[in-house]
Amino acid sequence: MSKEPVAVIGIGQTKHVAARRDVSIAGLVREAARSALDDAELDWADIDAVVIGKAPDFFEGVMMPELYLADALGAVGKPMLRVHTAGSVGGSTALVAANLVAARVHGTVLTLAFEKQSESNAMWGLSLPMPFQQPLLAGAGGFFAPHVRAYMRRSGAPDTIGSLVAYKDRRNALKNPYAHLHEHDITLEKVQASPMLWDPIRYSETCPSSDGACAMVLTDRAGAARAPRPPAWMLGGAMRSEPTLFPGKDAVSPQAGKDCAADVYRQAGIADPRRDIDAVEMYVPFSWYEPMWLENLGFAAEGEGWKLTEAGVTELDGDLPVNMSGGVLSTNPIGASGMIRFAEAALQVRGQAGEHQVEGARKALGHAYGGGSQFFAMWLVGAEPPDA
Amino acid sequence: MNREIAVVAFAQTDHRRTSEELSEVEMLMPVLHEVLAQTGLKTADIGFTCSGSSDYLAGRAFSFTLALDGVGAWPPISESHVEMDGAWALYEAWTKLLTGDADTALVYSYGKSSPGPLRDVLTRQLDPYYVAPLWPDSVALAALQAQALIDAGDTDEPALAAVAARSRADATANSHAQLSGSVPHGDYLVRPLRTGDCPPIGDGAAAVILAAGERARELCDRPAWIRGLDHRIEAHGLGVRDLTDSPSTRLAAEKAGAFERPVDTAELHAPFTAQEVVLRKALSLDDGVRVNPSGGALAANPVMAAGLIRIGEAAAGIHRGESDRALAHATSGPCLQQNLVAVLEGDPR
Repeated sequence: MSKEPVAVIGIGQTKHVAARRDVSIAGLVREAARSALDDAELDWADIDAVVIGKAPDFFEGVMMPELYLADALGAVGKPMLRVHTAGSVGGSTALVAANLVAARVHGTVLTLAFEKQSESNAMWGLSLPMPFQQPLLAGAGGFFAPHVRAYMRRSGAPDTIGSLVAYKDRRNALKNPYAHLHEHDITLEKVQASPMLWDPIRYSETCPSSDGACAMVLTDRAGAARAPRPPAWMLGGAMRSEPTLFPGKDAVSPQAGKDCAADVYRQAGIADPRRDIDAVEMYVPFSWYEPMWLENLGFAAEGEGWKLTEAGVTELDGDLPVNMSGGVLSTNPIGASGMIRFAEAALQVRGQAGEHQVEGARKALGHAYGGGSQFFAMWLVGAEPPDA
Repeated sequence: MNREIAVVAFAQTDHRRTSEELSEVEMLMPVLHEVLAQTGLKTADIGFTCSGSSDYLAGRAFSFTLALDGVGAWPPISESHVEMDGAWALYEAWTKLLTGDADTALVYSYGKSSPGPLRDVLTRQLDPYYVAPLWPDSVALAALQAQALIDAGDTDEPALAAVAARSRADATANSHAQLSGSVPHGDYLVRPLRTGDCPPIGDGAAAVILAAGERARELCDRPAWIRGLDHRIEAHGLGVRDLTDSPSTRLAAEKAGAFERPVDTAELHAPFTAQEVVLRKALSLDDGVRVNPSGGALAANPVMAAGLIRIGEAAAGIHRGESDRALAHATSGPCLQQNLVAVLEGDPR
């Protein structure tokens, strides 16, 4: 049995900010959903099912919020699924929704991910002590800093790479009206002078806490034929997981990430990702993860990722632009961050990315990860349908 | 959809009021081992893994990550998680198998209700701005539903007591049940519900293996084929719902093909006696259908696993040759807000 091709025909985001005090959680998600429906020129009645994702319920203090959100998302009388795969959840949610279309269970599916971090405190939500379990220390930064240090030692990368990534992503964010951080006076010197939080990670090399939501309308071949704007076609998608902690784990370049990318490239017929892929939205919550993931995703040989960053290859006008939107470093509504990567990849191949559009982008990768670098979700989207 | 998918194995814990000496992972591990042993499969043989659980029961964020360590996800596996009852994890796995990307799936779910006051914890499911601050608890909300049914003339207190007595009598044949035999119907907890009308609070886990086509026949003598599977949600606000009916259950059943031919068995996820009355009506079940031969959720209701257990129990009946066509139902949210229906069949004998 062949799978039904899956097309992205509607994309919506909220303007991401530190605190959306003007809307409830329901108001926030509805705004993104309505925007995606408008893009697809569809209405609530055209949607067959809703797949929603977010990071832990503790971040807003609402247990299984999909129950409360059913009304706001026009889901009453429809199937509604709630995905939760830690930081990769935005990507996983899109893939679960895509599977409903690919399996021909539903024709048109609304998928949405959100986080309203201002309702709570993510740092403490992640730091609840549990007996006999390794604490996450000071939130995510405390967990990931040693892995960054290990990467620097292993690759011989100079100390300057992290700040280059942050400087690039914050400049890219200025071209994205939805991005949270718009630092108009950003300079490389300012990034390098920012306080050290978790050595070697500086304040300006970390992601903000954002309120925001992202939504997409996914549909089948027939739905794509009716779409008012060019669709993005899913050419490959995969999830991979590995355990949090075990002696054989490579925390710098996890096997699950490599396997996930290989599966996506196989599905999409990508032989050489560096040559065949035009743009990448990757999950970089701390700046050093750009060179680390460049290697993990097969864009550079082991130990060579930082050289692409240093040479400007990943700049918006570079040979392999990475995080054209400003990325997670500029916008981080955690549960939505993965879906924003997927959606921004789709915007690129639809030619709808506005000021941060990569000229002639035909194939783009959306990437998300979560947990202790153990959950991965990726998709590759193209301007042409899979069998074209 | 022409790919046939079946439940080929099912395992569950002995459900208990408390399991404080065990972590969630320790509670789950024997179930995972048992369900794999039934098929002879190893973790590395499984094409897709999906789980259901709730951080709010565990009291910490990302609690499911530790369960994944227990699964032994090495080499890395294709895996996902829903923050829902495991029945919805099974739904996700079923769609994954339908795409042809995998031939087998491991589905598991677990929940420990013992560490905290469950009635209080479940209030956090409600509208966080207007309802949750009032702390209306799960029993009080179920009592509203029961009273609405009584007011409508759909049931009365003796009939509800009979539902409880039948369930717990049937549960004597279920060694995993937490509450079985002659259980006193007790005093009012929240009128009109007595303790006997309410589910036991307990800890438990369950796991199921799905397989497609010929793979299912290799792994199981009599696979329980999933003929249809659908789920629907209703409005959250209780004031806009008719609590005496469950239109989402009826619609899910219709989409799952439940009404095309009669079923011989129904495993209903009805934690409160009155909810069985609502579900029987929504599903048009007559007295010829065996309802909850396992004892149902009134005998054991480990939150997040109880729905998956209904599918597992229905499938196991088919595996054993006691049932040919069964309906399994799972619910989520206050007063049956969200409902899933699966229709399972064995090969003709």
